Amino acid sequence: MKNLLKKDGAQSFIASIICIILGLLIGFIVLLFINPSGAAEAIITVIKNFLYYPSGAAKMKYLGSTLVKTAPLLMCSLSILFAYKVGLFNIGASGQYTAGTCVALYCALKLGWHWLPCLIIAVIAGAIMGTIVGILKSKFNVNEVISGIMLNWIMLYLCNMVLTSVKETTSPYTYNLAQTNAKAVLPTLGLDKIFSNNQYVGIAIPISIVFAILVYIVLEKTTLGYELKASGFNKHAAKYAGMNGKRNIVLTLAIAGALSALGAGLFFLTGFEQWQCTTSSVPAMGFNGIAAAFLGGLHPIGAIFSSFFIQHITNGGAYVDKTMYCAQISDLISAIIIYLCGFVLFLKMSMAKIASKKKGGEE
Amino acid sequence: MTLLLQYTIIFASVLMLVALGGCFSEHSGVINLGLEGIMVLGALGGALVMKFFPADGNGFVLFILTILVAIAFGVIYSSLLAVACINFKADQTIVGTALNMLGTAATTVAVKAMNTKINPDDVSSTVKYVEAKRKFLVNIGNFEFNWFMLVAVICLVASYIILYKTKFGLRLMACGEHPQAADSVGINVYKMRWAGVLISGLLGGLGGIVYITAGVSEWKFENGVAGFGFLALAVMIFGQWKPQRIAIAALIYGFFRALSNVYAGIGFLKALNLPGSLYNMLPYIICLIVLAFTSKQSQAPKAEGIPYDKGSR
Repeated sequence: MKNLLKKDGAQSFIASIICIILGLLIGFIVLLFINPSGAAEAIITVIKNFLYYPSGAAKMKYLGSTLVKTAPLLMCSLSILFAYKVGLFNIGASGQYTAGTCVALYCALKLGWHWLPCLIIAVIAGAIMGTIVGILKSKFNVNEVISGIMLNWIMLYLCNMVLTSVKETTSPYTYNLAQTNAKAVLPTLGLDKIFSNNQYVGIAIPISIVFAILVYIVLEKTTLGYELKASGFNKHAAKYAGMNGKRNIVLTLAIAGALSALGAGLFFLTGFEQWQCTTSSVPAMGFNGIAAAFLGGLHPIGAIFSSFFIQHITNGGAYVDKTMYCAQISDLISAIIIYLCGFVLFLKMSMAKIASKKKGGEE
Repeated sequence: MTLLLQYTIIFASVLMLVALGGCFSEHSGVINLGLEGIMVLGALGGALVMKFFPADGNGFVLFILTILVAIAFGVIYSSLLAVACINFKADQTIVGTALNMLGTAATTVAVKAMNTKINPDDVSSTVKYVEAKRKFLVNIGNFEFNWFMLVAVICLVASYIILYKTKFGLRLMACGEHPQAADSVGINVYKMRWAGVLISGLLGGLGGIVYITAGVSEWKFENGVAGFGFLALAVMIFGQWKPQRIAIAALIYGFFRALSNVYAGIGFLKALNLPGSLYNMLPYIICLIVLAFTSKQSQAPKAEGIPYDKGSR
């Protein structure tokens, strides 16, 4: 059944497009309800995002900004889809992302480290977060969704607490990275030149794409990936075949945690944004990652495009006419898309069921 | 100390209401991870009534109306989960998560749109309900009694009776334990699951309005309900899906949540000089530890989370 689905990439693609169109349509209807006069313009603004700027140079610059935020989103969506392939729902991606942020910024700003060790330690922090969830799940039978959410909030407060030590005295934000410790800023490799000297565009974008390909290779071409997927597909069968289910759960969540935390490092070490030490809600990155993962048909390569799309409309939301609408309209559209994705999985599964004409039910 | 008691009881009321909601849904066989979103919608419904109700109106009418609208919002919103998970057999985790995100996003958009329409300079995401809230409070000495506390107790007793003493409740639980067996004796599993989810919407919506009126300040809808829906699920697991134990679990969690609100007013805690974030973390940390010790011998409904398919056996 799964093979059939995979062969049929076109089917996933069409399903995702339907989700996007329906999501935008419902978003448009909501805009019409709020204020009919500007709705069409607003939805077009959301879809256009950086194309909203008239000059070519400005377009490139803001395309660059969208890409800078796409890199962490892609990492989070990879984290979620990797875990999902193993039958785990990594809703803790946000917390792992926060852990990565916390450690990377602390090492960069307080300890004055070079960017590479900052990234590595962020990855380790994320992996530890994932491991905690994994151990709670495999040894103590705690649902990974609930422990993930709890860790999200614990990490949020912990991060606020830790990063307060590297906070500007007059604002709730952490120090400017480039001014405090220039060697912790990720190298740009000349990519900034392409995007009208947008100094934040750099190594993060190619790294995230490389990881998408790596995740694809691990899942599809290695024994480890096969074992992990087998455990997710039918844990009893996998156990019977001699695979260590408990180890696989912990390992999967550790890898997933590492991926999200790397995303955080890749984002905050560009210096594009500073952490706000009074943040009162868990970063949306991990949740938008869920949208991107499912919209991309749970395929690492698909996730590259879906992450870009989700970030594209999220950024686009910032340009809507604030006298009528608010930026959260993009969050609304993303949320609707995820809701619709729930139906798509069902449709695809039932289609595959009909196609393979399997007898009997599934447990 | 009275303040601590007061906050403990009001937060325990919220957790108990929402956990009972989760309890009904899970006993029918559907894991309702969307409780957080349902709470937000219920909170919006209730807050709107409190904002637009005439200031000189009758307090009792306002109270009943607030409850009814909050419940209506919660029930309608939970039907989104029911339709996807029961009729379309969608993944309950994804749909629940989508509902959480949708709830926060939709209410933020709605509240901001409403605020900007009234005053173009107002881009906040709060609803003004503090004035109306005073009508729900009765001062007994230093203790601020909130009528919602009584509602929570009534819901607890009602839940116990419905689940264990009525035909409906026993049938509902059968659908969560062994839906095929329930179906074989003529119970409509789909209908029962719909009922379970809608009741969880009812209690979740009610919990939402109690939650946002619990604090002193007006709630920012951008923040959702700060993981309270999930804390409630943890309370439910700790309470082993039994209303009477849920009540005790809710009181324990409510106490730790209340600590983060009032620790500054308690002499010896203030003397410890711990950062405020630590108290904010406390309920979540306790939750993780408790879950680790109680989930092993979990008495979860056996068929929860598995979509019911008439054709399979």
